[in-house]
Amino acid sequence: MAQVYDSASARVRALAVLAGLAAAGLCPLEAGAAQQAAASVAWWTLPLALGAVSFLLGIVAVLAGVGGGVLFVPIVSALFPFHLDFVRGTGLLIALAGALASGPGLLTTGMASLRLALPFALVGSVFSVIGALLSFSIPAQVLQTMLGITILAVAMLIWRAGTSAAPAGASDRIAAALGLSGVYLDPAAGAVDWRVRRTLAGLAAFAAIGLVGGLFGLGAGWANVPALNLLLGVPLKGAIATSGIVMSVVNTSAAWIYIERGAVLPMITVPAIIGVMLGATIGARLLHRMPAALLRWMIIAILLLSGLRTLAQGSGLWG
Amino acid sequence: MTAEPISAPAEQRIYARWLSAGARVSLTLLATAFVLYFGGLVAPAVPLAELPLYWGLPAAQYAAATGAQTGWGWVTSLPQSDAMNLAGIACIALVTPVCFVRLLLEYLARGERVFALIAALELAVLAAAASGVLAG
Repeated sequence: MAQVYDSASARVRALAVLAGLAAAGLCPLEAGAAQQAAASVAWWTLPLALGAVSFLLGIVAVLAGVGGGVLFVPIVSALFPFHLDFVRGTGLLIALAGALASGPGLLTTGMASLRLALPFALVGSVFSVIGALLSFSIPAQVLQTMLGITILAVAMLIWRAGTSAAPAGASDRIAAALGLSGVYLDPAAGAVDWRVRRTLAGLAAFAAIGLVGGLFGLGAGWANVPALNLLLGVPLKGAIATSGIVMSVVNTSAAWIYIERGAVLPMITVPAIIGVMLGATIGARLLHRMPAALLRWMIIAILLLSGLRTLAQGSGLWG
Repeated sequence: MTAEPISAPAEQRIYARWLSAGARVSLTLLATAFVLYFGGLVAPAVPLAELPLYWGLPAAQYAAATGAQTGWGWVTSLPQSDAMNLAGIACIALVTPVCFVRLLLEYLARGERVFALIAALELAVLAAAASGVLAG
C-alpha cells in the first residue's frame, strides 16, 4: 500500500488541533499531554476534536449568518489530516443537515417561499452535480488552490454585501408568469411584500453558485443570500429564509455524487454534523447578544486567513 | 401597523410537514447508528483503530485500500456499523427526493403544470445523482 497516509504528518496535525483546542480551553490538555498525544494519537481523538471544532463553527456560522460549509471546508482541511474529498463531502452534508432542520420552521411561518426556491434550486442542482462530478477529475492540489481562491472571493463578497442594499424594482416577465411574489410577516417590520426581478440573471447566478458548491462542498448560503437579496430583489429576511430551502435541494443533489464516489466517511461526517448542529443551537441563543458588525469582520478575517492557508497548501508553499 | 397572521401556501405547508418528519427520522437514525459505531457496540467493516491510516487518502484510494464499497454497495455490508452510518447519511439525502414526490403529486392535483414540471425535473436530477448513473 504505497500511498497509505503518513502517520508522522497525521500526528503533527493532531498535535496542532489538540494544542489549539487546549489553548482555547476547550480540551483539558496540558502542554506535556499534548506532546504525548502527538506521539501516539488514538483513533478517536481526531473525531472528537473535529466534533469540538465543528461545534465552534456551528456557533460562529449562525452568529455571522453564513452556512457552516463555507467555514468548515477551508478550516478543517487546513487543520485536520483528512483528505479533501472527505472534507468536501462532509461540508455539503453539514450544510444539508442544517438546512433540513431549519427548513420546516421557515416554510411554515411563510418567511421562506418554496415557490421562489424551486426554479433556482433546479438550476443550482444541475450545476452542483456537474461541479461534484468535475471535482473528482481535478488533481487535489489544483482543487485546493482553486478552493483557496474561492474562499478569498467569498470573504470579499461578504465584505461587499454588507455595504449594499437591495433596491426596489418591478417584477420581470418570467417572474410575473411564475408568480414569484408574495408577502411574509416580519415581527419587526410587519407585512413585507416582495417580488422578483432579473430572473434570468438570477438563474445564471444560481448555476454558478451550484457549480462552486458542488466542486468544493461549500454549501451555498454565503452566495444564495446576496443573489436572492441584491440581484433578485427579495428582502433580506426572506432571502435568508429561502436560501436555506434552495440549499437543502442543491446540496442533496451534490451530496449523492459524493456518496456514490465513496467520499463520505461516517467517522468524519457524523461528528461534524452533530457538532455543527449543537453549535448552531447555542449560536441561535446568543444571536441577540452579539454585535453583528463585529461578527461580520471576524468571519471575514477567518475566511481570509483560512483562504490564504488553503491557497498556500494547494500551491505547495505550505504543508 | 397591525401584524395580521399571514398563512404560507398550502403546498408549502405540506412540504414543510414532510420535511420536518424526514429530518427528525433521518437525524435520529444517524445519531443512533453513530453511537453504535463510535462506542464499538457493533463491529464495522474497517476497524476503528485503522481509520487514521486511511482517512488521508483520496476517496477512490480509500475504497481500494480498505475494500469499502462505493455507490449503494454499502447495503451489502449491513449490519456492520460503518454501513449503518452510511445508511443514516443516505436517509438524510433521501429526505428531499421524498418531499419532492409529495410536492409533485400536490402540484398535479392542483393543476399547476409549470411547477409540476419543475418538481418533476428536480426529481429526475436527484434520481440520476442518487442512482449512480452519473457517478460512473
